[in-house]
Amino acid sequence: MRVTVAALLFSLCLAGTALAEGEAKLDEANTNIKNQPSLQRGAKYFVNYCLGCHSAKYVRYNRLAQDLQITEQQLVDNLMFTGEHPFDTMTNAMRPEDATRWFGVAPPDLSLIARSRGTDYLYTYLRGFYVDPSRPSGVNNIVLRGSAMPAVLWELQGPQRAKFSADPDHPGQEIFEGFEQIRPGEMPPAQFDEMVRDVVNFLDYIGEPIKREREALGIRVIGFLLVFLLIAYLLKKEIWKDVH
Amino acid sequence: MASTEADVFDRLGRGLSSLGAWIDKRFPMTKLIKEHATEYYASKNFNIWYGFGVIATVVLVMQLVTGIFLTMNYKPSAEGAFASVEYIMRDVDWGWLIRYLHSTGASAFFIVVYLHMFRGLLYGSYKKPRELVWIIGMFIYLCLMAEAFFGYLLPWGNMSYWGAQVIVSLFGAIPVVGNGLSEWIRGDFYISDITLNRFFAFHVIAVPLALVGLVVVHIMALHEVGSNNPDGIEIKEHKDASGKPIDGVAFHPYHTSKDLVIVIIFLIAFSAVVFFAPDMGGYFLEHANFEPADPLRTPAHIAPVWYFTPFYAMLRAVPDKLLGVVFMGSAVLLPFFLPWLDRCRVKSIRYRSWIYKVALMVFAVTFLTLGYLGMQQPTGPVVVLCRTFTILYFAFFVSMPFYSRVEKTKPVPTRVTP
Repeated sequence: MRVTVAALLFSLCLAGTALAEGEAKLDEANTNIKNQPSLQRGAKYFVNYCLGCHSAKYVRYNRLAQDLQITEQQLVDNLMFTGEHPFDTMTNAMRPEDATRWFGVAPPDLSLIARSRGTDYLYTYLRGFYVDPSRPSGVNNIVLRGSAMPAVLWELQGPQRAKFSADPDHPGQEIFEGFEQIRPGEMPPAQFDEMVRDVVNFLDYIGEPIKREREALGIRVIGFLLVFLLIAYLLKKEIWKDVH
Repeated sequence: MASTEADVFDRLGRGLSSLGAWIDKRFPMTKLIKEHATEYYASKNFNIWYGFGVIATVVLVMQLVTGIFLTMNYKPSAEGAFASVEYIMRDVDWGWLIRYLHSTGASAFFIVVYLHMFRGLLYGSYKKPRELVWIIGMFIYLCLMAEAFFGYLLPWGNMSYWGAQVIVSLFGAIPVVGNGLSEWIRGDFYISDITLNRFFAFHVIAVPLALVGLVVVHIMALHEVGSNNPDGIEIKEHKDASGKPIDGVAFHPYHTSKDLVIVIIFLIAFSAVVFFAPDMGGYFLEHANFEPADPLRTPAHIAPVWYFTPFYAMLRAVPDKLLGVVFMGSAVLLPFFLPWLDRCRVKSIRYRSWIYKVALMVFAVTFLTLGYLGMQQPTGPVVVLCRTFTILYFAFFVSMPFYSRVEKTKPVPTRVTP
């Protein structure tokens, strides 16, 4: 019996190590959905820089205001520009047909992007644009090569170049060495990273608005179950005391 | 004259017992309670492995109840399915909890059922006189697989879509009728709104109905022959003067009070997942499924949910598609024949030979490894490993009739050990 359990554990460990291999290198986003000011800034950046092309069509404005602890007036003044109602969701005015004509592909809805791609991916992607004259938009992306998205934040970040070196193991392939700043942007690099972190944090929050509350509720549920367990155990002991 | 408190209770008691008598004349209420609870005797030495049956029942009830509430807000259409799931997650009061209970419940169901089946292998619960209990249980397992498969399409995420596409296309491997058959299952030339609608019908009514019926039959068959125990001996062979098995205790209140403790422990582990890791790092809710179904774009890597991956690995181990389907199908069906493949008279692993202990251990590791391999890209070494472990999986069943007949067993006690 004990041998079986040990063998099961061993095969699980095996599975774990093999899983860790592979995957492109991503920077850690280090976001925190409980950081309210970061989410508020993220919301502001999101409506200014993202919502023009992308929608977040499952996200309701007034839910946002409630969760981010801003008043409806602040919501309307700072986050809503095109005459929506607070009970509307974050759609945009770009028609998919137009978008396809302009970019080759309609910009994806961002409601769940953090759940499908992960925060590290988004954090690295948004900071990973580099000048590439061969692309129609003039930029390429290190995380998603050939991405149709233009470098929307380039003025803030400043244009950068990607350095590659030849891969000695695979002839014809290149290894990414790092970025080289061409011109400084409006924000120093550390401030820009912080801004992207706020946007990613906001995307993480809209991916699952209940996430912050469910963990707190989970502690209470498990606390209740532990008390119930104690009572149930004492009951079982009482009932079984005459069984030998 | 004012009646005292005692009077009230006395009258209430008499009222209830006459109501009971009234019902008993018309419906075997007391008889059923006695047969299945207060006078159903099961061994007093059950260990933790005997808890997974009751946990599975709790999960079944939870899936049924949460399923009903999900159905109230879910829209079974290609146009509205994905959005309605997000509506449940964001706008419906407590919708997120109901959905997470249901999605986590699906994975929990398989974990619990796999452990429940493993208990059967440990203690020979499939052997005479419990062959039918085992076979009905295997039918429950088949239903569960069908239920999970149909349900997995409903969120209409991209992994739902392509997973269903891959599985339905497997039927296409059958000669002559194959393509017609997969078309008939889909109701269309590809997975579409029509497919989603019929999968919804199967998921919410057809399969659950069969599932609940089979569970009732499973328990009826079990209560007819009596529960097995970790020693694999029949407690009915030693009864006291009143006809009650000496080593047994009544299901109620003894086992029910014990089961309550077990169920609460399960619920604590279950809540930990529901509240702290509902997607379980992409194993319970896959990342690619947070993108809506797109018939023109496949996910980077299509793999079924973890509970199907052992069989998926065996499918991919065979280079020929039809033969792969045959292997996968036999892998699911082989356990049905366990009661006759195993010729050893001793039930419990405690008193069986080292051969069976090793075989069962290798089998458990094989099943888990196949599950892991089924999630990986089918590159060179993965395929080689898939083939090796597929052979080991089948070897467990094929070798059993030979070694189990000549097994050197230990003496089995006549009474259960503590």
